[in-house]
Amino acid sequence: MPHKAFAWFILPSALAMILFIALPLVSIVVQSLYIEHPQVLTQVESCSPFGGCTMETRVDAAATAALRDAQPLGRFNGLGTYFNRSHLATREIATILKDTDGIADSLRRIYQLPFYRALLFTLCYTAVVTPLGMLAGFWIALAVNRIPAVLKGPVIFVSLLPMIITPLIGSLVIYWMVNSRGILGNLLQWVTQDPTLSIAASGPLTWLTLFLYGIWIAAPFSFVVFYAGLQTVPQDTLESAMIDGANRWERVRFVIIPHLVPLATFVALVQLMDNFRVLEPIIGFNAQASATSLSFSIYNDLQAENGQLFASAAATSLLTIALLIVLLFPVLIRTWRDFSRKSAH
Amino acid sequence: MTSSPARPNYTLTLIATAFVLFWMVVAGFPFLWTTWGSFKVEADFFSRADWSNALSGVNTIRQTGDAFTMDGYKGAWILNDFWRAGLNTMLVTVVVTVLSLVLGTLGGYALARSGYRYAFWILILALVFRAMPHITLVSGYLVPFFQLNIWGTLPTAIIVLVAINQPFTLWMLHSFFLSIPKDLDESAMVDGCTRFQAFREVIVPVMWPGIITTGLFSFLLAYNDFAVTAMLLRQENQTMIPKIASFLGSIESEGNVMFAVSSVVSATVPLFILVMFFQRQIVGGLTAGAVKG
Repeated sequence: MPHKAFAWFILPSALAMILFIALPLVSIVVQSLYIEHPQVLTQVESCSPFGGCTMETRVDAAATAALRDAQPLGRFNGLGTYFNRSHLATREIATILKDTDGIADSLRRIYQLPFYRALLFTLCYTAVVTPLGMLAGFWIALAVNRIPAVLKGPVIFVSLLPMIITPLIGSLVIYWMVNSRGILGNLLQWVTQDPTLSIAASGPLTWLTLFLYGIWIAAPFSFVVFYAGLQTVPQDTLESAMIDGANRWERVRFVIIPHLVPLATFVALVQLMDNFRVLEPIIGFNAQASATSLSFSIYNDLQAENGQLFASAAATSLLTIALLIVLLFPVLIRTWRDFSRKSAH
Repeated sequence: MTSSPARPNYTLTLIATAFVLFWMVVAGFPFLWTTWGSFKVEADFFSRADWSNALSGVNTIRQTGDAFTMDGYKGAWILNDFWRAGLNTMLVTVVVTVLSLVLGTLGGYALARSGYRYAFWILILALVFRAMPHITLVSGYLVPFFQLNIWGTLPTAIIVLVAINQPFTLWMLHSFFLSIPKDLDESAMVDGCTRFQAFREVIVPVMWPGIITTGLFSFLLAYNDFAVTAMLLRQENQTMIPKIASFLGSIESEGNVMFAVSSVVSATVPLFILVMFFQRQIVGGLTAGAVKG
C-alpha cells in the first residue's frame, strides 16, 4: 500500500492514540516535576478580653485558591517527588541500611514504605497469578478434552463467566462470600472451629484470597486458548509416541506441551500485562489495609479527600511504566529479532 | 472404529469429568449464590447466625412477608437512580463499540496491507500502549481536562475509551485482515475501484465475522472499564460500574448493602446474555489472537 493511502487509513486511529495516549504521557512527565502549592499562611493578631493578644498563624484560603488558579500545576520541584518518602524513598532506605538489625529487619522496615509495599504486592501478584492461572487453565483444558461431547458446550459457557465478568463485580461477588458473614467465611470459621476468624483481619489470608481470586479470573482465558490448541495436536505424532511406548504422562510432556508452547508465550504475555495492572480486586475486597498495588496507589492519590495529589500520582505512573517496559523488554527484543529475520529473507 | 489414538480409559474419563464438575461449581456457583441472595434481606444474605438462613429466608419472611423480596432492586434502581447509570452505560458502550470499530477497521486494514517497516513499529508501539495500566493514563488526563473544562461529561469518557481501546482493536483487526487474501482488493482495484471503494465494497463485507468478534471485545472493554469512568465522569453522568463503587462507600455504612448486591446482579445480566448468544465468537476471538498473533 502506498504511503499516502496508508496515512489516510491510519489517520483517525493514530490521531486518537496520539491525543489520548501519547500526549497524556507527556502530561504525566510534566506533572511529576511539579508539586502542589502549600497553603498560604498569614499572621493574624487575635485578642481575647482576658487573655491579651497573641499572634496566630492561619490559612489564608482566598490567597491559596488564587495561587492555585494562577499556577494549576503547582511549583517546580524537579525530581523531588520521585525520591520522597512516598516513592523511591532514597533517604529513608539509606537510614534503614545504616542502622539495621540484619536483613530481615531492614526488609520489614522497607516494606513499611508505601511505594515498596505496593511494588511488592504487584510483583508477587503477577508472579503467582500468571503461572498458576495458566496451569489451572491447562488442566481444565486437558480435562474438558476428555469429557463426553454433550457436556462441552455448557462447560465452556460457565467457564467463560469469571473472565468475562467486570473485575469489580467479580471481586465483590467473591468478597461477599468470603466475608465473615458470608457463606464461605462461615464455612472457614466452621472448618477451623474459630468463630472470630475473618479474612479481612489477617494480612496473609487477604493476600491468599486476592491470589486465588486472580487465578479464578485468569484461568478461563488460558483454558480457552489451550483447549483450542489441543484440537490441533498432530494425531500421528501422538500415535507414534504411543507405539514407541510412551505412557499418558510422557505423551503430555513430550508431544502436547511442546505443541502448546507458542500459545503459552502469547497467553503469558497477555496475562502479565493484565495482572500487572491489578486494581479492582483491592477496591472490591476493601483490602488496602494489607495489600496495595501500584495502580491502587495512583488511584488513591487521585481520590484523595483533601486535594488530589497529581504530582505523586504522576511519579508513581512513570515508575510503573518504566518497570513495565523492563518487564516487556525480552518480548520486544524477540519480536524485533523475528521481524528482522523475516525481512532479511 | 475410533479416531482417538488413546484406548478408552474409563477411570481417567471419570476423574476428568469430576474435575470439570468441580471447576464448574467454582466458576458458576458464586454468581448463582449472589443472584439468589439478591432477593433476600441483608440479615439473611449476610447471616451472622446461620448460613442456611440465606436458603430458607427466615428474616426475609419475617420482614417482608414473602421468601423473596424485590426491595434491593427497588432501592438501587428507583431510590438511588441506578436506572440513569444503566442508560449511561448503554450509551457509552454502544458509541464506544461503533467508533472503535470504525477507526480500528480503517487502521487495521492499513497495517495489514502495508509492507513497510513503519507499520511494524506502529504495531509494537500499540503493544506497549496496550500494556500500560489505564489508571496511569488517567492521571495524565485530569489536569488538562480540568483546564479545558471538559471533565465529567459522557463524550469525553467515550473518546478516551475509544482511544484506549485502539491498540487492542488494531491488533485484533489487523490479524483478521491478514487472513483475507490480498488478491481480493487488488483485483477490485484493477476493475476500477479506488482503494477506499475496494475496502468498503469488497473487503468489509467478507470481514463481518472478524468485525463482530472484535466488536464484542470492544464492548466488553467499555462495559467493564472502571479506571476511566470512575475518574472522568461526574456523579450524574456515572455509568454502572463506578456507580456500584460509589454505593460501597455510601451505602454499606447505612446498612443498605443489598442495594449494591442487587445492582451487581443487574450489571451481570447483560454479560450473561452476551456469553449465551456469542459464545462461539468470543472463543473464536480469543484463539484467533493466539494462533495468528
